[in-house]
Amino acid sequence: MANPLASRAGIVVVGAAIGVMATLLQYLGNPPNMGICVACFERDIAGGLGLHRAGVVQYIRPEISGFVIGALVRFFLGVFAMIGALVFLGCPWRAILRLAGGDWNALTGLAGLATGIGVGVLFLKSGYSLGRAQSQKAASGYLFPIFMAGLFLLVAFQVTFAEGGPIFFSQKGPGSQHAPLLISLGAGLLVGAIAQRSRFCTMGALRDVILLRDFHLMSGVAALLIAALAMNVVLGQFKPGFAGQPIAHTDHLWNFLGMALAGLAFALAGGCPGRQLFLSGEGDLDAGIFALGMIVGAGVSHNFAMASSPAGAAAFGPAGVIVGLVFCLAVGFTMRERAR
Amino acid sequence: MSATRIDARGLSCPQPVVLTNRAIEAGAENLEVLVDNEVSRENVLRLAKRHKMQTSVHEEGPDIVIEIKK
Repeated sequence: MANPLASRAGIVVVGAAIGVMATLLQYLGNPPNMGICVACFERDIAGGLGLHRAGVVQYIRPEISGFVIGALVRFFLGVFAMIGALVFLGCPWRAILRLAGGDWNALTGLAGLATGIGVGVLFLKSGYSLGRAQSQKAASGYLFPIFMAGLFLLVAFQVTFAEGGPIFFSQKGPGSQHAPLLISLGAGLLVGAIAQRSRFCTMGALRDVILLRDFHLMSGVAALLIAALAMNVVLGQFKPGFAGQPIAHTDHLWNFLGMALAGLAFALAGGCPGRQLFLSGEGDLDAGIFALGMIVGAGVSHNFAMASSPAGAAAFGPAGVIVGLVFCLAVGFTMRERAR
Repeated sequence: MSATRIDARGLSCPQPVVLTNRAIEAGAENLEVLVDNEVSRENVLRLAKRHKMQTSVHEEGPDIVIEIKK
C-alpha cells in the first residue's frame, strides 16, 4: 500500500497539523512563538538534566521524547542496558573480570545476564527483529569514530572550556584511577583490532550457546576468564569473597535483575557493549546509536539516583530496572520482521 | 529439487543464522542464503559446517550467496 502521508496532499496535511499543534501548545502554556522548537526544547532538556546550568531554560520537554520514542528503539535499549549495568556495577566484561578477581557477587550478575539473554533468545526464535539495515552514505559511518577521536583529543590535551570545567577530572574514586594515557590508548587499539576481527562478544557467546549450542564465541569468553584469573593470582590481585569487593555491592537480587535487564537489552540490540563499539568502528551507525544511548543512560542513572554504590542498590535503581524490563519486553513482543 | 532461498540481506547477526538454522532443522537439504555482510557470511558458513553440510559461496553484485547442500 502506498504511504498516504508521502503524497502532495499528505505533506500539506502534516505541515498544517504541526502549525495547529504548535499554536495550541502555546495557548496551553508553551513559550510565545515557540510552540514546538526542536532547538529550544533540546536546550531545555539539556538544562533539565544539568548538562548546562542556565537557570531560565531547564525543562525536560515531553514533545521531544514523543518525537524520538519509537523512532529510536535502539537508543533506548542502550539507555536501559546502561541503567541495568550500573545497578550491577559493570558490563559483562567487568562481570567476568570481577569473577576472575574473586568477587563472587559477579556470579549472581552473570546468572542474571544469562537469564536476560535467554529471554532475548526466546524473542529471536519467535521472529523478533529491529528491521533490515538500509544502506547509508559512506560518510555517516564515520560519525561515531570521529566523535570518539574527538573525545580522545579532549582528554589528551585536557581542554578546559570554563573555569572549573568542563571537561572534568575526578579527584578521587574510580574516575581518578587510571593507567598512563598512551598505555590505555594502546591497549584499547589492540583489543579493538583483534576483537573486531574475531567478533568477540560476551552476549553473543551466551546467546549462541542457548540458541544454537554453538560454543565458538564462548570459548573466547572462557579464555578471558581463565587468563584474567591466572594473571590475578600471579600479580597477587586475587581476593576471593562476597563482602568488601572493590566497586561492588552484595545486593544479590538487584545484581541479578540489573544484569538481566542489561542482558535482554544487549540481546535485542545484537551485541554486548564492547561488540557495539567495535561495530560502530566498522561504520555501523545502529551500533553507534546504541553506544550513545549507553552514555546518555549513564547520565540518567547518576542524575536520578539509579546507579548503585558499594553500599548497595540506590533509591531509584529498582524502579529504573523495572521500567527498563517493561520497555525491553514491549520491544521484544512488538518488533517483528515482516515477510518480504 | 530447487533450492530454498533465504533472503537475509540487511539483517544483523544472529538473524541470518536463526533463519538458516530454522530451515535446516525443518529438513531443507538444498539452501541458498543471501547475505550482505562478511560477519553474516562467516556465521552462516560456521553453522553449515556444524550441520556437516557442503557449502559454496559466490557474489552477486553487492550480495553474497551461500549455497548449502547436504
